[in-house]
Amino acid sequence: MGEASIASELFLERLNYCIYVILLLIGLWAMLAKRNLIKKLIGMSIFQTAIILFYVSIAVKKEATIPIYLPEHDPHGEHSHNSSDENESSHIGTASGPVALEADAITGYANPLPHVLMLTAIVVGVATLGLALALTQRIFQGYGTIEEDELLDKLDRADERASLSPLILEERNARRRKKTTQSNGEKGRSKKKN
Amino acid sequence: MKVLSIIPVLAIGGLLLWAAQDFPKWGDVKSPASNSPVSSHFIGNTGVDTEVPNMVTAVLADYRGFDTMFETVVVFIAGMAVIAILKGSTKGRPRRKDHEVEAEPDLIVTNTVRLIVPVLQIFAFYVLAHGHVSPGGGFQGGVVMGASFILIALSWDLEKAISRFPIERCLTVAVLGILIYGGIGLLSMLLGGEFLDYAELERVLPVSREMARYHAMLGVEIGVGFTVSAIMFALYANLASEGRLKEGL
Repeated sequence: MGEASIASELFLERLNYCIYVILLLIGLWAMLAKRNLIKKLIGMSIFQTAIILFYVSIAVKKEATIPIYLPEHDPHGEHSHNSSDENESSHIGTASGPVALEADAITGYANPLPHVLMLTAIVVGVATLGLALALTQRIFQGYGTIEEDELLDKLDRADERASLSPLILEERNARRRKKTTQSNGEKGRSKKKN
Repeated sequence: MKVLSIIPVLAIGGLLLWAAQDFPKWGDVKSPASNSPVSSHFIGNTGVDTEVPNMVTAVLADYRGFDTMFETVVVFIAGMAVIAILKGSTKGRPRRKDHEVEAEPDLIVTNTVRLIVPVLQIFAFYVLAHGHVSPGGGFQGGVVMGASFILIALSWDLEKAISRFPIERCLTVAVLGILIYGGIGLLSMLLGGEFLDYAELERVLPVSREMARYHAMLGVEIGVGFTVSAIMFALYANLASEGRLKEGL
């Protein structure tokens, strides 16, 4: 009984959480396992989408509508025919004005807060994705690759070169120069290809 | 590495699914997200406090105005950073030709876009200005506006879009958007309230305190729309041309 009820509970009543977990895992795995920086960014975007789905699906409320007042609760409901602002303001100034909703009316609307949070998260997500793409483009310009292992190789080599003391470098360069001049002298044009 | 990384991923997945059993059911009216005092305050009092029918806009621009202001600043900083990273990065470098095709803009595409873009831009203004009474607002309208310029850049070329909306003007518009937002906040501070306490604007606007918040929210959304549309286009223009700002995709 236990196994079956857990499975049915997970996949029937909490399907939204299953989908969010699956999306999140796809994104996480792509960020961990993929070597390509662009594929990592795709993973990051999928991860973000999973979080957005999580928030929005938590805000779902049975028998409730979107968080925009229906005409009967609309503060401007009765005088929506007045088009100019001055008319509206004078009207409100004299009338008693809108009153706070009763508890049973409140259950008719979904919570606006998760929607607000995700609204800004989407746009900021686009902006940060753009920034990440720009950095990737710069890395490609600098190193000629966006594969992580090749990139690490190149970085290691650059580090090694930078960490040597200038004396050793000088010596090594001198040896190399001597070698090339020797080999050029011996073999003539055959070595030029290198 | 790929096999190894499966292990933590599956472990996290198992933990999350385990935790999901304690989460509220789909559409549960008694769930904390739907039943909290914060939620009922927003739903019950938005109409009294601000007279804005769209609660999402009211929470975005008024109750959480400080948050939204810095979200806008984040968008702006991201745009600045992209320009700073990519500007002049290809100096003295030969252009990579391998992925580009030399072709005239397609007649059918350009003529369709010629018809679509004005409608798209008017729709962007509609979404921006009606953010109070219907789904919409500064972020959405701004993105639609930026998309119209990206559409021009895609169907002609980047130069055409840049000639309509140069990057310098992009930056001016983006800064202007943040200044509008911060300016409304500062103005309400100078009028005796707190920062972004729009109700104090009743002293300069010929309306009640609630309607002052209503109209200040529109101003704030316009600022957000300015910044978002300009930065969206600046992001595209820089990324599509590696910061060269010509001969993009």
